[in-house]
Amino acid sequence: MRKIRYLLMRRFTQIGILVLYFGANAYGWKILQGNLSASSLFETVPLADPFALLQMLFAGAVLATDVIVGALIIALFYAVIGGRAFCSWVCPINMVTDLANWLRRRLGISDVQKRVYMSRNVRYWVMAMALLLSTAMGLAAFEIISPIAMAHRGLVFGMGFGIGALVIIFLFDLFVHENAWCGYVCPLGGFYSILGKFSLFRVKHDAEACTLCMKCKEVCPEKEVLFMIGKNSGSVLMGACTNCARCIEVCDDDALDFSIRSQLEQTIEQTKEKA
Amino acid sequence: MRKELPNDRRKFILSMARGVGLSAMGALVWSAYVDEVKAAPLILRPPGALDEPDFLKTCIKCGLCVEACPYDTLMLAQPGDNNPIGTPFFVPRDIPCYMCDDIPCVPVCPTGALVQDSVTTEVEDELTWDITKIDMGLAVVDVESCIAFWGIQCDACYRACPLMDEAITLQYDKNERTGKHAFLKPIVHADACTGCGLCERACVTKKPAIYVLPNEVALGEVGDHYIKGWDKADESRLKDAKGGTTVTERSNRSAVDSLNDTGDLY
Repeated sequence: MRKIRYLLMRRFTQIGILVLYFGANAYGWKILQGNLSASSLFETVPLADPFALLQMLFAGAVLATDVIVGALIIALFYAVIGGRAFCSWVCPINMVTDLANWLRRRLGISDVQKRVYMSRNVRYWVMAMALLLSTAMGLAAFEIISPIAMAHRGLVFGMGFGIGALVIIFLFDLFVHENAWCGYVCPLGGFYSILGKFSLFRVKHDAEACTLCMKCKEVCPEKEVLFMIGKNSGSVLMGACTNCARCIEVCDDDALDFSIRSQLEQTIEQTKEKA
Repeated sequence: MRKELPNDRRKFILSMARGVGLSAMGALVWSAYVDEVKAAPLILRPPGALDEPDFLKTCIKCGLCVEACPYDTLMLAQPGDNNPIGTPFFVPRDIPCYMCDDIPCVPVCPTGALVQDSVTTEVEDELTWDITKIDMGLAVVDVESCIAFWGIQCDACYRACPLMDEAITLQYDKNERTGKHAFLKPIVHADACTGCGLCERACVTKKPAIYVLPNEVALGEVGDHYIKGWDKADESRLKDAKGGTTVTERSNRSAVDSLNDTGDLY
């Protein structure tokens, strides 16, 4: 259990949120209504996807206060606390890509070939393109093709052919490229990487305790963020870290854990160094 | 070192070219897809919706209006529906809009894609919901397949209409074929019709002879060339009319030249 404690918690939040949405539509629960694009908490607090809102602004929409407040709440939460936690704790696609990656490891596909060359920065290009196309086409361009939206909207309001998008992502992640969607392409992930760059909730590494087994890098979907493993202690500060905590779980040496303070300390140290 | 330099430059140029090429390809495929899926001229939107282009910009596809609808009239377009993905719409033939007095679908909209002002009126300094103001589309009668136009008595749509005698009236005409019966023809009035589709749902023919179309599709537009000379109000439309002369190859010459023209007429 200890080895999968965070994994279970993540599945609980991911599925729990979807169940609340589903119940709102199917049984009229008034807890969390809508979907991940925009929702209403207890019929009072608005919540909204800040990236969707950004696209809509680029498309030239005049928006009501509700959705702006909602997007600010979500943006503030991830910017100050969660970092890129949306990707591993909320997004339903995470379950699809995690399954593909688990299968990849089980089948030893990554041992044959981990990946063809692709840059991690593709997501930022896709993100920029989403905003440009939103302006050009006069509507939120990524929301029209987003497999994430198709998944959470589909599970609540009816899937249609949206299942096809999930199959595409699953097969691509399984056979073509490790972590392709979440780690390289997804512009929402790119958006949260930038937004959550300075968030407080961080994974911390203790190099003293590390035995260099590299199990953490094996499971990490964003391996670059763990560059300090075994070299020096400190927080994982790169925005691309999704706070999924898989590294913490697989570590047999207690060399990794969640932390808040160390981030602050490091920021202070960094500013001191700069000064 | 000297050998490596051109190689680096080549690599740099290649990677730049690759980036530009992939971006261009992606943008073209992406925008072509978006352009295709947003074209749904026959879709019917919820009450109080903005005009279609603005609605597509403003709707965040959250489905709160769908959840608020007590009759399951509203749906979110699924992939495969051939409608803009995730946006709310309804098919009156299956479930029409029952025109709730409090219009629950409109106030829940977080983005303003469904506009409250368009479905409220001020009564004694107080804003109240006014369902008769909604304008989702227009009912159109196919007189060929409407049995009332055959002379068979049927007033299903007329009775189903929530704005009876306003949106649909019955026109009594003499049935010349029999010489002793009357036609009871349903006539839809665009200014009152809300596009709720209760008539379409009620129609007794195999495939409804009365059906709701978006206003954009169902309505023509006269323009400034014709006015009702007997109607002062209609004449006011000409205030904004812009004068202009159509210039063609023919009109460049004088009228006399035109008469003397030996060439073909067209």
